[in-house]
Parts: sequence; structure tokens; C-alpha cells
Amino acid sequence: MKLTLEVWRQKNSEDKGKFETYTLDNANEHMSFLEMLDVLNEKLTKEGKDPVAFSHDCREGICGSCGCVINGRPHGPDEEVATCQLHMRKFEDGQKITIEPWRAKGFPVLKDLVVDRSAFDRIMHAGGFITVSTGSAVDANLMPIPKAIADEAFSAANCIGCGACVAACKNASAMLFVAAKVSHLALLPQGQAEKTERVKKMVKAMDQEGFGNCTNTGACEAECPKSISIRHIARMNREYLSASIASE
Amino acid sequence: MKLNSNIPEGNLQDKWQNHKFKLKLVNPANKRKLKVIVVGTGLAGASAAASLAELGYQVDAFTFHDSPRRAHSIAAQGGINAAKNYHNDGDSVYRLFYDTIKGGDYRAREANVYRLAEVSVNIIDQAVAQGVPFAREYGGLLDNRSFGGAQVSRTFYAKGQTGQQLLLGAYSALNRQISLGTVTMHNRREMLDVVLIDGHAKGIIVRNMVTGEIERHAAHAVILATGGYGNVYYLSTNAKNSNVTAAWRAHKKGAAFANPCYTQIHPTCIPQSGEYQSKLTLMSESLRNDGRVWVPKSKETAEKVRKGEITALDIPESERDYFLERRYPSFGNLVPRDVASRAAKERCDAGFGIVPTGQGVYLDFADAIKRTSAHLIEEKYGNLFQMYNKIIDEDPYKMPMKIYPAVHYTMGGLWVDYNLMTTIPGLFALGEANFSDHGANRLGASALMQGLADGYFVIPSTISNYLADVEFTKPGTDTAEFDRAAKEVKDNTDDLTSKKGKYTVDELHRQLGKIIWDKVGMGRTAEGLKEAIQQINQIKEDFKKDVHVPGSAAEINEALEKAGRVQDFIELGELMARDALAREESCGGHFREEHQTEEGEALRNDEQFAHVAAWEYNANGDPVRHQEELIFENVKLTQRSYK
Repeated sequence: MKLTLEVWRQKNSEDKGKFETYTLDNANEHMSFLEMLDVLNEKLTKEGKDPVAFSHDCREGICGSCGCVINGRPHGPDEEVATCQLHMRKFEDGQKITIEPWRAKGFPVLKDLVVDRSAFDRIMHAGGFITVSTGSAVDANLMPIPKAIADEAFSAANCIGCGACVAACKNASAMLFVAAKVSHLALLPQGQAEKTERVKKMVKAMDQEGFGNCTNTGACEAECPKSISIRHIARMNREYLSASIASE
Repeated sequence: MKLNSNIPEGNLQDKWQNHKFKLKLVNPANKRKLKVIVVGTGLAGASAAASLAELGYQVDAFTFHDSPRRAHSIAAQGGINAAKNYHNDGDSVYRLFYDTIKGGDYRAREANVYRLAEVSVNIIDQAVAQGVPFAREYGGLLDNRSFGGAQVSRTFYAKGQTGQQLLLGAYSALNRQISLGTVTMHNRREMLDVVLIDGHAKGIIVRNMVTGEIERHAAHAVILATGGYGNVYYLSTNAKNSNVTAAWRAHKKGAAFANPCYTQIHPTCIPQSGEYQSKLTLMSESLRNDGRVWVPKSKETAEKVRKGEITALDIPESERDYFLERRYPSFGNLVPRDVASRAAKERCDAGFGIVPTGQGVYLDFADAIKRTSAHLIEEKYGNLFQMYNKIIDEDPYKMPMKIYPAVHYTMGGLWVDYNLMTTIPGLFALGEANFSDHGANRLGASALMQGLADGYFVIPSTISNYLADVEFTKPGTDTAEFDRAAKEVKDNTDDLTSKKGKYTVDELHRQLGKIIWDKVGMGRTAEGLKEAIQQINQIKEDFKKDVHVPGSAAEINEALEKAGRVQDFIELGELMARDALAREESCGGHFREEHQTEEGEALRNDEQFAHVAAWEYNANGDPVRHQEELIFENVKLTQRSYK
């Protein structure tokens, strides 16, 4: 495959950044998208140029490290995949591919395609946990949880924290990410004790990080590599509303 | 170097309880004065950091990721073992202990393994309390499945994402402590050296991977939970950034490295497709609960499949060889990993492989789908089937999966005593980074168990025995030892970026990986190992003279990070070959072709090799091999049989 790549290059967070165009003539359809970038980077290194910085690690769609906007879509033109699981067979020979970092106020660019997603961690610090110290747990089967509830909790806990939801949203909203955690813990009996405080604290932290609000366009759900449903946002809104009423 | 395993006296069943009672304690007021560094935030690191902070210690945690949640434990698929016996199928702590010792081919310490089995039940309780959404039955109770090397169902799971859910549980416990200010989290920091003062580990040197700054951090004790070294093979199921650097640099400072030749080749991974390949993807062992492994009975048929003239669906039942069921009727498809991998290799080497490279066998779900339903199979393995489909572009509900063994886990690692302390006082190693519990072969669903056992339940007790004797003075970084270590790290980093030679880091890493895979992989011979040592030395030379690291050290520079890691992999690779050469027997994942039974099974030599090999680094010559004898008081050593 022969490809024309238009890649966002930005030296560091202070740099303004711009697109650079590269051509690659030895890609093939069985490569993953990141392997294609590896090949580009080997080529750039051999030419004495600076390789393109991009985040990646597990390369099997679970660590949530990778992610770029590819031809305008977070994680590119395939469904239910992270960038690392995207394969070149989804592209045509001779195609031009535009590659950009996540763009959101909450995710400043550090270099090229690498962004700082520490805002997600800070939202988690605010309340994304159940207070239980090591050693104080009771027997796991003491509290049966109906399968349907456990499955629904899993469908939210499935979130890999990649940030595609923010990148896809016109408001750069982190609602799907936050809702996934709020919903996961609010569904389970173990999460009940702190659920009122949790939703308030996490939403507050989310607002402080500069993420926008949800206007129900559903772009996040469409681009989420784990297909996390926006019904979790609905559940978070319900939790938030009842928490606000309960506390006043 | 003296190896004292500190295994407690008494009956196997009482050792851990007695030991815990005898360990020295630190009173709560004094814990606040003590600082502990934890490197790595996978299952072992995150659980240790959170649990120690809960106890009152000040914890500084480090990860090279942008967030602790991205550690490679996240990718573990199949499950976690625990001797809960919720299913009334005869499981017990003793049985889990026994299966693990036997699965490890009798090359692990009885006392460590028993403790692991003992605390396994608490891990499940802890995880459920944190909100880990394990799979459940319709009555709301926890579901289990089976894994290799066991005849009971004791594996708890969350679809094919058990590692993710357990890690997010440990990450949430860590987040709670971060919010309380008891853990200070340092993201995007790579540990490049451990600092010793008066022979004790008192701090680390890290590189800030965004600014390039070399930072010093001091503490009263240091814990390494930095994972395994599977990426020495270049292609493995490990994440791209997993590496041995933290453990290796500790080794060079005096920590013994044990059993480096014990590496695990996992039988069910997606076969390699081309030279550009950057990593291999695991298909969970849990799939062998329902999948049947086979190749065609005739070489001619296999040849036709390889050429694409026919597919698996064209081969009638009578023409299929379910070779695991044939060779091992009582365990069938659920034999341990080393056994399954070798059996697949044997068939492929004999010409029965079913992918164009010849290196692949089938894993077939047709019978299971017929017996249950596609929906039930999807419930259990949905994400794995989806992952396979995305990579291979073929629907595994209709067409059998194609799989081949790949490097997955490393049983070897830093030598630790029963308290998980290395040969450097004050330096501890947890999880895959240590060598302690899996012997020569790890059973499926035991890595998650060990990582969390070490972090949640072992280290919080054992570290106090060390900390009870240290002085409370605030540790400082303004010492000659820190100066020296920081300078060495900086010099090395500058050196790597200064030579713009002719080989990229990846080129040298690929070369290294190929040698290790061919000669220190599934089958090893004395001759091959000697060649490997020579060839690795050549790579070492090429690296020293001719590596090309673009860019500078004062920025985000992935090539520089990789170069430092490959530098250590090259040295480790040589030690692996030496260790494999010295171990004149076959056991578990270490298969010396000279030592096999008539049926091609691993042939141990218990008289001479029922010991741990712990290597001491020697800057001026060959490394020194020390031995820790393994004493079996409860289990009788037998030829492992899964027939």
C-alpha cells in the first residue's frame, strides 16, 4: 500500500504545532495502524528526522494509552476498536490519512500525538472508589448481586479511559467517562454508602478540569471503543439530581 | 552472597500464621515517619501502595505510564484463582497449593506457594468489596470456570477482562489514598537506578519522561513491582513498554536474579503475520474450556490448508487430530501451558501446521457452540472473539481460530526471601518481578492471584519486620551515593543520545529477540545456547558502537526510553542463556532437548537440580551462580503426568 500521511507535529506544549506530510510506500493491509506508524518512524529515524511521538502500550485495546483522531474520527474508521486495533485493511491504497491528537482543553498536547490526560485521574481521585481498606472485606458470596445488575455494572466498568469520548464531543465533554464510573459503582450494593457524595464530587471535579457539558448528541457513544452506552450518562444525571435534592 | 530464604519453622499449614505473629511491628505513630517507595502500579504495585498507605506509611508511587491504570496487568484476560470451593468440587487451599507446586514442575518453595493459596480467598473478598464486577450466576453468586493444570473450577473472572477489572479495583484503592494525601503519585517517571546507602536500598533515580530531568527520591525502603521480562524476545504478548530495567539495574547493584531461564510460552496466541509485527496477542487460556485444539491428520491436507486450497470447514471429523485430547486424555485441552505449547510445536515441526508460515494450529469452538449456543459463548468470551476478528478479519464463531504459542510470562525474576526481600536489605520485589511462586511454569489465572497476594496481604505484614529496625530520620537525597547514581544515569542517557550510529533500537531489539526465541525459547540445546551467548555479545558490541537514538534527552523521546530498556535486555538475554545452559535438565518452561522422556515430556533431574539458581552480577567477569536448595516436606516429587 502507498499512503500519504498528514501528521500533526508539535515539539512540546508551548509550540504552536502544524501538519507535516509524509509518504509511505511499504505499508500493507495486515498491519495495524500503529505498526504503520512504527514503519514511518523507522523511516524517519533512518533519514535523521525526529520520529512521531504517539502513546501506545498494550496494543490490544485494553490499556487505553493510544488514541488519535484519524481522518476526523477518534480511533479511526472502524467500530469498537482503539487505535491499536485498527488495521490498514480499513484504508484504500493511495489514500491520504490525516492524523491528529485528541483536541480538548482538558487534554493539553505534550508532543505530536501525545496528550496529557491526567485530568481523568484527578476526577477519579475525587471519588471514583469505594472506601474499603485491605483486610476488612466480608465473604464475597455474602451479598448476591443479580446477574443483570452485575452485567450492567460491567458494561460501565469496561471503560478503558482513553478519552475518545472527549475527543468526539463538540463540547469536549467528559460525561461518558465520568458516568461510566458513577454508574458502575451506583449499581452495586457495595457502592451505595457513598453514592450521594461520589456523584457530586466527581461532577464537580469534572467541571473544574474544563470539560464541557453533555448535549445528548451521542458522538461519544458512537466512537467509544468499548461501546459504553449513554444510558450511563442518564443514570449519572439521575444520581446527581437525587443527590442534589437529598442534600438540600 | 548468602541466600537465606527465611522460611518459617513448623507445619506447612501454620507457617504463615506463626510467621506473622513473630514479625516485628511498627506502631501507628511511627509508621507516619516512614516513607516507602513503590515502583510500578500494576496489580502488585497498586495494591501494595494502597495497602501500605492505609496502614499509615507515607508512600511515593511511580509509574512510567501517564496513569497508574495503564499498567500491563490491565491486559490479563482469563481470570484469577482462589480456593473458595464455592462449587463443591473438592477444592481446598491444599489442592490449590498442590496444583501450583506440580504445575511449576516442583521448582518452587512449598512455603511460599502454600501462603499464596491461603490468602487467595481473601483476594476475592477484597475485590468484590471494591466493586469488581466478577461474572455471576443467575442467583447472584459468583461464577467460576476451569483453567489449565486443574481439575476443579476455581477461576473467578470478568468476561475476558479480569485483569482490567482487578487493576481498576486496585487503582481505585490507590486513588482513595492519593486523595487522602498518603500516596504521592509520580506518573511518567522511569526508574533508572536504585540507590544504596550502607548496603541498604534508600532511594531511586528516575527520569521524568516529559522534561527529561533526572530526579532523586529517597525513602526508608524500596519496593519494585515492575513486572516481567518477556519483551526480551521482542515479540511477546507483553505490552510494548514492559521491560526489565528496574529489576536489572537493581541486579547490577547487588540483587540476585533467580531462574532467568524460566519463561512461559503461552499456547494460544494469534500467529505472527509479517516482519513488521510489533507484538503478539494472547487469546486467553480460558478458551480451552470450550475450544478444542487440532490439526489435520495428514500432511497433505495440512499442505492444502496452508496454500489456501481448502479451509478447516472442508476437513471432516475423521481427518482431524485433536492432539491434546489424544496425548493427554484425562486433562485433554486443559493441560498446563508448557505442555500444550510443546505439543503444538511438535505437530507444526512435523509438518501439520495450518497457516502459511507452518506455525499455527486450530482452536475450534464448533462443538461448544453446538452443545450450548453462540450466545453463551459470546457471554463468556465476547471480547476475545471480537479482538480476534479485528486482527485476523475472520469470524471465530464460524471458522476455528488459528493460534500458536508465544512468550507470555516470566517465572524468573529477582530472588526474594519469604518476606519478599531481595538480597539487598530494604529492597523488596513483588508480583512478576520476583521469582518466588510459580517454579518453572505458572498455571493459568495464578499471576493475578500472586500479584494481589503480594501487594494486599504479604508485603504489608513483612515490610514492618524490616522497617521496625530502621532509623526514623528523614531520608535525604543530598548524599554522595545519590550524586554518584544520578551522575551514572545522566551519563548513560547522554551517551545513548550522542551516538547516531547505523542501527535503530528496534532493529537491534528484533535481532536479539530472534536469537532468544530460536535458542532460548521452547526448545533449548547446549550447542544452541553457546551460540546464543556469542551472538548476543555481538549485538552488545553493535549496540555500544552503532545504536541510533534520534532527538535529545530533554524531551519526550520514546527511542531513548527503548534504548535504555534494550541495553538491559541484551545483558539479561545473555544471563538467560547461561542459566539455561547450566540447568542440565528439563522442567516446566525450560525444555532442554537433551533431557526428555521417550514420549517427549520434560525430564527433570531432581538429584542435581531441585534448587533455585540465583545469579550474582559481576561487573568484571562472568556472573556467579548460587543455589538455594528446595526442600519438599509435603509433596512427593514425581514425573508430572496429565495423561
